[in-house]
Amino acid sequence: MSTPERVITYGEAVREAIAEEMRRDETVFFMGEDVAAAGGVFKVTVGLLDEFGEERVRDTPISEAGIMGAGVGAALTGMRPIVEIMFGDFITIAMDQIVNQAAKMCYMTGGQASVPLTIRTTIGAGRSSAAQHSQSLQAWLSHIPGVKVAIPSTPADLKGLLKTSIRDDNPTVIYEDKMMYGLKGPVPDDDDYTIPFGVADIKREGSDVTLVATSSMVHTALKAADMLDKEGVSVEVVDPRTLSPLDMDTIIRSVEKTSRAVVVDEAYRSYGVTGELASRIADEAFDYLDAPVKRVGAMDVPVPFSPGLEPETIPDEAKLVRTVQGLFHDVAV
Amino acid sequence: MSESLELITTSSDEGTLPLPEPQCREIYDKMLTIRRFEEAVLEIYTQGLMRGLAHLYIGQEASAVGICSALNDDDYLTSTHRGHGHLIAKGGKVDRMMAEMMGKVDGYNRGKGGTMHIADMSLGILGANGIVGGGMGMATGAALSGKMRGSGQVAVCFFGDGAINQGAFLESANLASIWSLPVLFVCENNHYGEYTAASDVTAVREHVAERAAGFDMPAMVVDGNDAVAVHQTAVEMVERARAGEGPCLIENKTYRYRGHHVGDGDPEKTYRTQEETDTWLAKDPIPRFARRMLKAGMVDEAELESIDADITKRVEDAVTFANDSPYPTADEVTDHVYA
Ligand SMILES: Cc1ncc(C[n+]2csc(CCOP(=O)(O)OP(=O)(O)O)c2C)c(N)n1
Ligand SMILES: [Mg+2]
Repeated sequence: MSTPERVITYGEAVREAIAEEMRRDETVFFMGEDVAAAGGVFKVTVGLLDEFGEERVRDTPISEAGIMGAGVGAALTGMRPIVEIMFGDFITIAMDQIVNQAAKMCYMTGGQASVPLTIRTTIGAGRSSAAQHSQSLQAWLSHIPGVKVAIPSTPADLKGLLKTSIRDDNPTVIYEDKMMYGLKGPVPDDDDYTIPFGVADIKREGSDVTLVATSSMVHTALKAADMLDKEGVSVEVVDPRTLSPLDMDTIIRSVEKTSRAVVVDEAYRSYGVTGELASRIADEAFDYLDAPVKRVGAMDVPVPFSPGLEPETIPDEAKLVRTVQGLFHDVAV
Repeated sequence: MSESLELITTSSDEGTLPLPEPQCREIYDKMLTIRRFEEAVLEIYTQGLMRGLAHLYIGQEASAVGICSALNDDDYLTSTHRGHGHLIAKGGKVDRMMAEMMGKVDGYNRGKGGTMHIADMSLGILGANGIVGGGMGMATGAALSGKMRGSGQVAVCFFGDGAINQGAFLESANLASIWSLPVLFVCENNHYGEYTAASDVTAVREHVAERAAGFDMPAMVVDGNDAVAVHQTAVEMVERARAGEGPCLIENKTYRYRGHHVGDGDPEKTYRTQEETDTWLAKDPIPRFARRMLKAGMVDEAELESIDADITKRVEDAVTFANDSPYPTADEVTDHVYA
């Protein structure tokens, strides 16, 4: 590719994507709690108020249900709102507006209505934020037909997917890992750079086992891959990038090559993203598999505050390495 | 309508203290304990001994203590992310609180909750809360339970000026009013929610307490830095609630002297002015109450110093206790997911 690149952070990718789309389309506006004057609690939207003014960059009251509803209503009637929900845990308060209203509007109206709403929110544990500020609830909205879901792991993916989502005519959700806002990476230097939903990305090529990983777990998987490489195990890391729509083709092609698969996501292990992916692989790649599909996720416990406990609950590279080893030998995992 | 809401305050420097001396001593002790506790939290946080987010209550002590000094031990309260003061005011032990700050096994929640989730069910403290507005329904339910059991218990729901814009407030206030539940909704109006001024995001004429009119419940706007005014208001409203006359909304006007949480910069450089902060510093609830005790002849300067020394020592001991306590062991991680 000849497009020049720049290195920016995951947080800067958010700001650039919003600013570029707001310049491009005057129906795009942005609202959330402390997002304007303060630039967001994670400081990733600093500067937007200065450039676009109070009409298009709005500080809201602490009223998640209200602002989500206002986002849905504005989207229905000609605007393209971006609504920030500061911590993904707080999305619970806005759930009716997303699940029962936004997601179903197009279908229920026989295609008359559309809801071009972008929701940005955060996931991820690891800073002793305890049980109500650390969850990774991406499975919830991935379960809902009518909502599109992106879960970017790099600045480039975040920027490209966020821009796509703002241009999309459907309700979309971007799950940003709050621990990754400082993560740096190259991003194409092009105002029209976007990434389509439903296209997975191979973050590392390998031949012995496929690690399907989301968000921060992509980086954990890459570290595990380095460790396994030293043992002579060649790991391919596949990042689906969007959970809905989901690019199964890329995952199946990888498993066809490697014959083994492990799925990792930071959310609670039960009834979530890993369960869905593992079952689809087991079903659609059955003929290629030499071992059962394994999955790694957070323990099924509320995220504990104590620095003595929290790390126990989150998947790490050691756990991934052990799981992969177990596919080759009889290692207890 | 706002005409009818007069600021309830007492004249601080008249040399009168219309409460019995033991009660005054307790109010002073609790307020100063909160102040010293929070200063210690700031210190351990800065030293890296505590993780998570520390939302300090410094400046708002009269609100928690004024209200809780009107409660019985078995009355309930729900608290917020800025909850340390409420817990101490209701009788929480500083050593076990400090251990929880550090995620240690001797903490109130065995390290599982941390600063934003401390609870002591034996003191009716149903928990601090990480969700803004998260306690409103629960306080209403605790009041319902007290009423159904005929126990005479009341519930206090502490929340901030920011939380009054959550839909949960409307739903809870309405329920409490139609069922005449013994709950005091106490809005601690410190004038900011995080970095946003309440006046920018709250549609009221002057006081958030005006909203009570919509729920047919009494409203009080109180000088929240005046422990006596807060206490007297609470006594009256608790009595009313216990008599079955239903809920009320008390708005304590106050100010947090520090940032939203430790480490988020200097508020006076960004979203508030030094002049405004100085005005509130002049109304610091603790020296204000001390001056009244002095004038009433309850204490002298020397005794105030020795009270402070005792409290400081108690808080230092709490830090030592917390430092010495171990982290919970890994096998505890799956305990308590279910009862
Ligand atoms: C449902 C929900 N939305 C947003 C937040 C983030 N948040 C934490 S504290 C806070 C401000 C609360 O303001 P206020 O109620 O006035 O309490 P104060 O911090 O001033 O004591 C916000 C927005 C949250 N914890 N929960
Ligand atoms: Mg406030």
